[in-house]
Amino acid sequence: MVDFGFGLVPSSRINLDLFDKGKYEELAALEPDVRICMACGSCTAVCTAGKFEPTSLREAIEDIKNARADKALQMLEPCQLCGKCSMVCPRGINTRHLILSINKIYSEK
Amino acid sequence: MTPLSYLLAAQAEVPEVIDRIPSGFSYFVIPFTVGVAFMFCWLGVGLIRLLADIPKEDRIKFGKSLFIPKVALKNIKELFCDCLFHVKIWQRKPLLGYMHSAIAFGWFMIIILGHIEVALFVPARLNVTRGGLFYPIFYRYFVWMNPGHTTLRGSFFFFLMDFFLLYILSGIALAIFKRFRSIVLGMRHTTKPSFADRVALYSLWMIFPLRLLAESFTADLSGGSFLTIPVNQFWHFLFGDKLWFMPCWWAYSICLGLFFAAMPFSRYMHILTEVLWILLRNAGVKPNHPRKGVAEAEIYACSSCGLCLDACPMNVQKKNLKYSSVYFIRFLRRHNEKKINAIADKCLMCDKCHALCPVGVDAPALRRAQRATVNNTMPYNYAYLDASGSVQPSEPGRVHSRFAAAENGLSPESAPADSTQPCHANPGVLYFAGCMTHLTPRIIKSVEKVFKAAGVEYAFADREGGICCGRPLMLAGRTDAAAKVIEANKQMIEASGCKTLVLSCPICYKIFKEEYHLEGINVVHYTQFINELIAAGRLDVKKTDEKIVYHDPCELGRGCGVYLEPRAALSQVGTLVKASKEYDESICCGGSLGSLTLDTHDRAKISQASLQALLSGNPETIVTACPLCLKTFSEAVSRGENLEQHVKVKDFAEAICP
Ligand code: SF4
Ligand code: SF4
Ligand code: SF4
Ligand code: SF4
Repeated sequence: MVDFGFGLVPSSRINLDLFDKGKYEELAALEPDVRICMACGSCTAVCTAGKFEPTSLREAIEDIKNARADKALQMLEPCQLCGKCSMVCPRGINTRHLILSINKIYSEK
Repeated sequence: MTPLSYLLAAQAEVPEVIDRIPSGFSYFVIPFTVGVAFMFCWLGVGLIRLLADIPKEDRIKFGKSLFIPKVALKNIKELFCDCLFHVKIWQRKPLLGYMHSAIAFGWFMIIILGHIEVALFVPARLNVTRGGLFYPIFYRYFVWMNPGHTTLRGSFFFFLMDFFLLYILSGIALAIFKRFRSIVLGMRHTTKPSFADRVALYSLWMIFPLRLLAESFTADLSGGSFLTIPVNQFWHFLFGDKLWFMPCWWAYSICLGLFFAAMPFSRYMHILTEVLWILLRNAGVKPNHPRKGVAEAEIYACSSCGLCLDACPMNVQKKNLKYSSVYFIRFLRRHNEKKINAIADKCLMCDKCHALCPVGVDAPALRRAQRATVNNTMPYNYAYLDASGSVQPSEPGRVHSRFAAAENGLSPESAPADSTQPCHANPGVLYFAGCMTHLTPRIIKSVEKVFKAAGVEYAFADREGGICCGRPLMLAGRTDAAAKVIEANKQMIEASGCKTLVLSCPICYKIFKEEYHLEGINVVHYTQFINELIAAGRLDVKKTDEKIVYHDPCELGRGCGVYLEPRAALSQVGTLVKASKEYDESICCGGSLGSLTLDTHDRAKISQASLQALLSGNPETIVTACPLCLKTFSEAVSRGENLEQHVKVKDFAEAICP
């Protein structure tokens, strides 16, 4: 079964009070494409790393918007930057640069 | 021609040349001497620092290489061809080549001849303590020709000096012209000079006209030839006996001094650094940092000639000119970290600027090193790759298909179509499709069709999808992460026991060839493999009159030097037509994974430019041998912007076995 990145997670509580607007704007300045993701999940469907470990750019973007940047980073750790996601993204998002940028912005403590 | 015996006999009793000024000094030499001394000190310190930055093994390797006859010969050849004659520029833009070689070779000859003259006529002055630093440069000022005693040997030198001066002046005239009308010399874009560049540039323009003035004013004292004598007579005609030679010598010396003082901070630094870069390059030492050590020699060897501006596919849009290699290198020199990163991330890594650079500056490799300084430390978690040793799927239902081939050994997937055809000619063929090919399954279909038709027994390494080859990580500067992926793939391939590895993606091909070091396994791109099948008569192809244009994918052509095999095979199935830019000048399709920040809009512009070049010969079909190009061109053609004719886009294997 291919994991499309949809599905129920054990706890779906979202605490938007924790959302770091400043960092999100920093990310959007570095890679504006983050704003245009429509959460279709195409990227996750083709993901090379996703065959082995749960890896999903869609989920990572959602996690960031839901103030769970730690989960987003974890979600992208297995990524091999292969670029398949950028080839299928219907919004033409520069996914590889987005992944690198998320790492850059959110892994700074 | 002057007979040699006559030359020798000319050693007359009466001195031909008289050291006119006993002290061998005049105040006007000061600007030049200061400038040149400053330059030498600066360079000396720089050289020591540079060598200190190179790892010890590389330093030893470099030192040894200078004494290996083969390398030494190559060094000498390249020093002459590249530094003095600028052969590579000649080959592309003859007029530009003439300009560069006129200035470089002409100046070199004037300096050499000046020293020879001093050595022949006033040898004592070569001594540094007696003016050796400036005397040969201002020789004509310091000497007086003994009238009536000028020998043929002397005249011969006068002639040569005037000849080379004229030669340089013609080059300078072209250079001045080029500043204002670059297109005449075949360049659409030229570089914007920096401040130090301007100082050096304008003084360079002035140096030789001033030299002509200065020498012509003294020509009746110290001799001259076809250029300086007539000019001297003209001055006499204009000014009578009041000749302005002191101001001219002063101006000449000041310009020289300014030029040498500005040199270390300007593009003209390349004149000297190129020598070091050629020696380092031929010694085989590679830069391991974008700016230090070998890279420093490399970036200072760039002459800012600007040939990479026209080469770069990003420059179909003027706004992208600032991302060209020449500016990347300029900002590396200036340590402008922010701009360096922005430029490093933008590039498509198509390698065209490297292929066309007359100095051989590998800017894409420097960009990769620069990206590594930022991206290499990013966290990654490839624990799932380590599980590969045990070849155990991590959970049921998730197929680790990349190990399928290794697990089963080489189980042939297709029996030979024709059993009379023996297939031991290709024992143990393993086909690795790669991520990108899996997104364009038409390629896989055609490749399998070809294999079947030719009766090739093969195993499919990643039928259900495998892992990435590591090249995209490498291009993003994540070298350590790439090494992990490479290791995992390598284990899989070695375990399969294959003898030949066939790849349909040039991106994979490049890294498999360069970084995998697969002992005893022949790594080939499918264009090469299929071409061999055709040549060996194992694959029957039908010649049609379809007009085909072949697109050289960056990683395959410039990246791996595969240009001829695909063309040889395609010419068996159709008529090849030319593209306006092909082989190492081919334009990136715009889909390259190399660029990290180029957006879809900019990429589409590049695709269009690339398509236009391909369509110049009115082909019916564009054939490419890369899944990324295939997808990019297919989309660009279906968008149909600015396309008059309708073309099909096909993959190489599709074209061979329709
Ligand atoms: S680049 Fe990363 S996230 Fe995108 S498909 Fe490849 S492995 Fe998955
Ligand atoms: S494919 Fe593109 S639009 Fe769809 S979820 Fe992934 S990033 Fe977002
Ligand atoms: S990188 Fe090469 S082509 Fe570009 S300006 Fe420098 S020397 Fe010229
Ligand atoms: S590698 Fe290609 S895209 Fe990058 S600067 Fe050179 S020519 Fe331009």
